[in-house]
Order: sequence, then C-alpha cells, then structure tokens
Amino acid sequence: MEGATAVKSFEPAAPVGSMVPAGGKLASERIKITVRDLNFYYGKFKALKGINLQIPEKKVTAFIGPSGCGKSTLLRVFNRMFELYPEQRAEGEVNVDGENILTSKEDVALVRAKIGMIFQKPTPFPMSIYDNIAFGVRLFEKLSRSAMDERVEWALRKAALWNEAKDKLQQTGTSLSGGQQQRLCIARGIAVKPEIILLDEPCSALDPISTSKIEELIDELKSDYTVAIVTHNMQQAARVSDYTAYMYLGDLIEFGETDQIFIKPGRKETEDYITGRFG
Amino acid sequence: MVSADHSMRRYDEELEAIRSRVLQMGGLVESQVRTALDAFERADLGLAQQAIDADKRVNELEMGVDQMVNHVIARRQPTAGDLRMITGVAKVITDLERIGDESCKIARAVKWLHEKHDNSRLNRIPDIKHSGEAAASMLRRTLDAFARMDPQAAATIIKDDLGVDDSFRAVLRQLITFMMEDPRTISASLDCVWVAKAIERIGDHAKNVAEHVIFISHGWDARHQSLEDVERAVARA
Repeated sequence: MEGATAVKSFEPAAPVGSMVPAGGKLASERIKITVRDLNFYYGKFKALKGINLQIPEKKVTAFIGPSGCGKSTLLRVFNRMFELYPEQRAEGEVNVDGENILTSKEDVALVRAKIGMIFQKPTPFPMSIYDNIAFGVRLFEKLSRSAMDERVEWALRKAALWNEAKDKLQQTGTSLSGGQQQRLCIARGIAVKPEIILLDEPCSALDPISTSKIEELIDELKSDYTVAIVTHNMQQAARVSDYTAYMYLGDLIEFGETDQIFIKPGRKETEDYITGRFG
Repeated sequence: MVSADHSMRRYDEELEAIRSRVLQMGGLVESQVRTALDAFERADLGLAQQAIDADKRVNELEMGVDQMVNHVIARRQPTAGDLRMITGVAKVITDLERIGDESCKIARAVKWLHEKHDNSRLNRIPDIKHSGEAAASMLRRTLDAFARMDPQAAATIIKDDLGVDDSFRAVLRQLITFMMEDPRTISASLDCVWVAKAIERIGDHAKNVAEHVIFISHGWDARHQSLEDVERAVARA
C-alpha cells in the first residue's frame, strides 16, 4: 500500500539543545537560517537557552509553545528587533546564508528589509494604501512613478489584496478591515523583496475567514520566501507549516517535520502540549 | 501512549467512552465467534441463530463508535497519541464488524449443512476445530492487547496468524481428499470450506487489529511489514 511506510520513515527525536534534526527531509533541504548556541537575555533573565536550529529555505517553519516559552523572542532575534531595547542582548550565532546577523556590520535597516516581520496586530501606517507599500520601497530603491505603481500592484497581488484594494489605493490603510490590514502589512513587507518573512501570531486578531485568507497566502508565499511563523493556534501550525518547533521555558524541546510532530512526536513534553495535556 | 489527563476533562471522557465502547463491541464479537464455532461443532441450529442475531447489535455498535469518532475529530482536532487512537479505533471497529460477518457465515453454513441432512460429520474435522480455537484465542488476546495498549502482545498475535493460515490450508487439503474419495460429500465439504475460510479471515482481522494496536501505541505502521521487522520495531518500543 502506498504511503504505508510514511510514519516509519520519521527520524527519532534529537535531544534538547542539539542541532535538530540531522536526518529526515531536512537533510535534503537548503538551509536558510542556522541558529547556533543562541542565548537571549532580557536584562538578567535568560529567555532563550542554547538554541540550535536549522530553518529550511522556502518552507514554512512554525514555532509553538506556551506563553513565555521564547518563541516570539526567537523570531525577534532573527531580524535584530531586540536591538531597539538596550537591556536586551543575544549571544551565539544566527547565520542567514552563512553570515551571522548578530555580529554583522550591515545596517540593521537592510537586515530588516531582507528579513521582514509581520506582527500580531495589523500596523498600517497612517497614510494611503499605496503609500503604505511605497514607503518602505522608497527607503531602499529609487523607482520611477510607473515602476513604483508596478511594485505596489505586484505586492498587493502577492498578498491577495489587489482585487479588494485596487479601486481605493488612495484611501488610508486604516480604512480596511482587520484581515485586509494584515494583508496590507504583508504586502508592505513583501514590497521590499525580502528573503525571509517572520510572522508573529499574524491571525490572532482576525476572524476565521480572514485567517483562512492569510493561511492561504502563507502557503503561496513559501514558493518565493522562507517563512517563520509564531502561533498559539496549534491547528494553524498543523495547517500551514512544513516544519514545527516546540519550545518551552526558553528551550527548543523538539523540531521536526510537522506531520511527525502532530502524529508521532518524539518527546513526551511535545505530546503533552499538542494533545492538550499541558497543565 | 499518553496517560495523563487533558486540561479539558470532557475530552478525556469522550476518549474513554470510545475505548470502552470498542471493548464492549470486541466482547460481543468474541462471544459471537465462540457461539458460531460451537454451533458448527455441535450442529446446533439454535446457537447458529443466536450468532446471526448478535450481528445486528455488533453493527449498531460499529455505527455508534463511528459517530463518536467523527464527533471527536470535528470537535477536538486530536493530535499525536490521541489522533492515532482515533484513526486506529476507526479501523479496529471495521475489522471487528467484519469478524462479526464471518461469524454469521459460519452460522449460516451450520444451517445449510442441516438442510442437506449432512451425516458426514465433516464438522468434526479436528483441524477446523483447532483453527477455530486458534482464531478465537487470537481475537481474545488482540482485545486484551488493545485494552492494555500492549505492542509486544500484539506482535505475538501477528505471528500466530501464520499458524491459522497453515491450518486453513491443511483443512482444505483434507476436504479435497474427502471430495475426491466420495463425491457425495462435495456439497457439504464446500460448506465446510466456507467455514474454514471464515475462520481464516477471523484470524486475519484479529491480526489487523493487532497491527492497529502497534500503530496506536507505538506510532509505527505495522501493516505490510515482515514479521521480523514488526518484532524489531516492537522491541524498540
């Protein structure tokens, strides 16, 4: 019977803190982000403890875990968002295409253009839909009016918002519905042509229809971008991701193919969390 | 297998209700098989009818568990061990229901033999009796393995199915000999072939349940694997 050995092929779980997993499908993926021995501190509080992880290119990687487990913190390290706060610091390596972004001399704005981030609450700028998208592009590129029009249309189409927004490009971004605003933020992130898109609970403020639109969009985005998503909704992680990481109290407990994590997790802690036995 | 309780008590109760309903169905099917085998051995029409009548309740239980499974999938989105339990149970009850059907086939053969006024005493063929006992024992032990979620016990049942298959071939050879020696036994012998085949199928379905137990408890798909691979995988569990 075809597929009879699907579960059989899963790799056993690697121990906490090791470079997980070495085998399985990940071995054949091109790795976009490699995290090595990453520690992160909020002042004296250690929020991430020796994280080792490989995030594959053009795949969706989901981070799940209870509140305070460090998943959003990890995402914020990926584009150096934490540098806005002087008491926060990271140790270790976050290599993107082989370059450690934590020690890189590259302008942080350029890092964030390459590694875009979408937040829990839609945050459109108080300007027109068109300018919301053009704003970021103008920082990095000098485009002619027609080239900019094309870029705005391209980004809106990519974010599945063009049909709803094409006739009101000059209206403010805040006039859109919550789900549309979130797609506008995604369009704004895409417009600067990033390589990685980080989504921090992008659907937690959205209704189910908007959520399914964003999820469909995530599925489409992965053909061009590496996507990392933090979500509290385990079903969402199961629906949209190729790989899933389970974190708890700053440790990466388990990382593996999403099917494996949701059918046969290697660690009891993961099983307890995803089956709702987490007390 | 996960043993701790869910944060949501109702979910635990639903999973427990499914498990106990499957065991209830298993108990009923086990008794149906034994009744049908007794009916065959004693040529007892009353017992045969009892086995046939039991099938209605078995079918109802199958539909009931199916409904419970659908409810849990729709309402709870089970994952990991719970997911394997739910998908495994959906398959287990299909096998149990088919075991019920096979028991009915045996019971119906008892009726046919009676209608033919068969005096050949083919129902006393020792190999049919032994293979019936072996299949019934497999079923009992597979239900125990399900109740305890014991992959090691399940692996021994998979091994035992080879014996039931061998018995079926032995019975077939014996019946062919009877038919060749005395063509008047052909009709009754064919009825006995159906009985032997039904017993062999009961063994197959019990083996399937054992494979589901391994998947539920251990997450390893034991179907279409060699016995050696099954034993190795279970030893690692």
